[in-house]
Amino acid sequence: MREVNADEITKVVRGLFIESNCTIGDDLLAAYDKGIETDESPIAKEVLMELKENVRIAQEEHSPICQDTGLAVVFVELGQDVHIVGGDFTDAINEGVRQGYKDGYLRKSSCDPFTRKNVGDNTPAIIHLEIVPGEKIKIMAVPKGGGAENMSRVMMLTPSVGMEGVKDFIVNRLKESGSNPCPPTIIGVGIGGTFERTAILAKKALLRKVGVRNPDPFIADAEREVLERINKLGIGPMGYGGTTSCFDVFFEVEPCHIASLPLGVNVQCHASRHMEATI
Amino acid sequence: MSNKIELTTPLSDEDVEKLNIGDKVYLNGTIYTGRDAAHKRLVDLVSEGKELPFDVKGQVIYYVGPAPAKPGKPIGSAGPTTSYRMDAYAPTLMELGMKGMIGKGNRAPEVIEAMKKYKAVYLGATGGAGALIAKSIKKAEIIAYEDLGPEAIRKLEVENFPVVVVNDTKGNDLYVEGAKKYSKE
Repeated sequence: MREVNADEITKVVRGLFIESNCTIGDDLLAAYDKGIETDESPIAKEVLMELKENVRIAQEEHSPICQDTGLAVVFVELGQDVHIVGGDFTDAINEGVRQGYKDGYLRKSSCDPFTRKNVGDNTPAIIHLEIVPGEKIKIMAVPKGGGAENMSRVMMLTPSVGMEGVKDFIVNRLKESGSNPCPPTIIGVGIGGTFERTAILAKKALLRKVGVRNPDPFIADAEREVLERINKLGIGPMGYGGTTSCFDVFFEVEPCHIASLPLGVNVQCHASRHMEATI
Repeated sequence: MSNKIELTTPLSDEDVEKLNIGDKVYLNGTIYTGRDAAHKRLVDLVSEGKELPFDVKGQVIYYVGPAPAKPGKPIGSAGPTTSYRMDAYAPTLMELGMKGMIGKGNRAPEVIEAMKKYKAVYLGATGGAGALIAKSIKKAEIIAYEDLGPEAIRKLEVENFPVVVVNDTKGNDLYVEGAKKYSKE
């Protein structure tokens, strides 16, 4: 049994949200470069160059890439041999979010659904907890913006539609979303589980690095095909037209009920921010 | 991309009528910010016959909720938000003389129709490029609805603020034409 102080969790969460909002991964920067090189539209190239320059400025000034610094989604893999002392686990994470969004000059976007009154400190965090073997705590921070999230869907498909039905649903979703989610997008896809599980799978899929395929060849082929079909829609960066509409598509698949084919499509913008740390 | 044009606010009918979809425009002067909650309040004032906190005639409204300014900076990251949420309110403001909207994402047919009728344009800013766009904002001042936090109405002084014409006064739509041009379906 290893003891971890709740303050330590707060400190790590605070740092992860500040840092993750001010940079993106090298995998994504390489995807911007590929788009600049290959897109057939001059305006698309120009937009992608702006995005690259934007990241450079954000890194240099240590300021947020995008003003929408998101709701604070946190995936936690908690080792079962960890004992948290000196405070509550959930409170510790929320305190980290509170401090990070204040100290990092990040926008607070959390509000009451009906009065629309801003909560003021961007809490509560959306926490997805998994208990794993060991005595470590892995924390993954995903600041999730609203524009792309609004284009996301969960659909309980009829099993008879199979993989073709899954592919068609995703491509149509992106076609209907058009310019709204800040393309080029990244698409997290959850398949299987239940209504809520498929959505969490879709969200978690967004943590994968651009270019990394699902280990199952059948699923990997489907990822490639959906990516290609979305890029043929012509939407382009910011929807101004072009051949770079999507950077990658990630499927995460789990067994489901014999009556169901749950599908979650979580749309992410080109500023796919996420960062992890292990305590 | 066709032309590169510099414009200074307030805008006239002539200023906006010469714009075509795909034109790159650099805006100078004063623009105002407003998102969902502020728009609702503005349009409620109009329906009550009351005066707005600023004169929208010839003005441009930028759909943005900026990040907080760091010490010594006029504003934090300030890229556009998705515009369809303002569709219900935009025609009323165009009727009052608003000449431009800056945002990202598709507009409803009735908004595009109102742009034709009242001579106004919809300008796209690069979503997610909040740090870059903030560089062209030289001053920011809250002029109304401070209680809305990031959604308060701000008066911005901008220099060479980069936008692309998405909907012009002739009913054209860059989102439709752009996708048509590069679609391989």
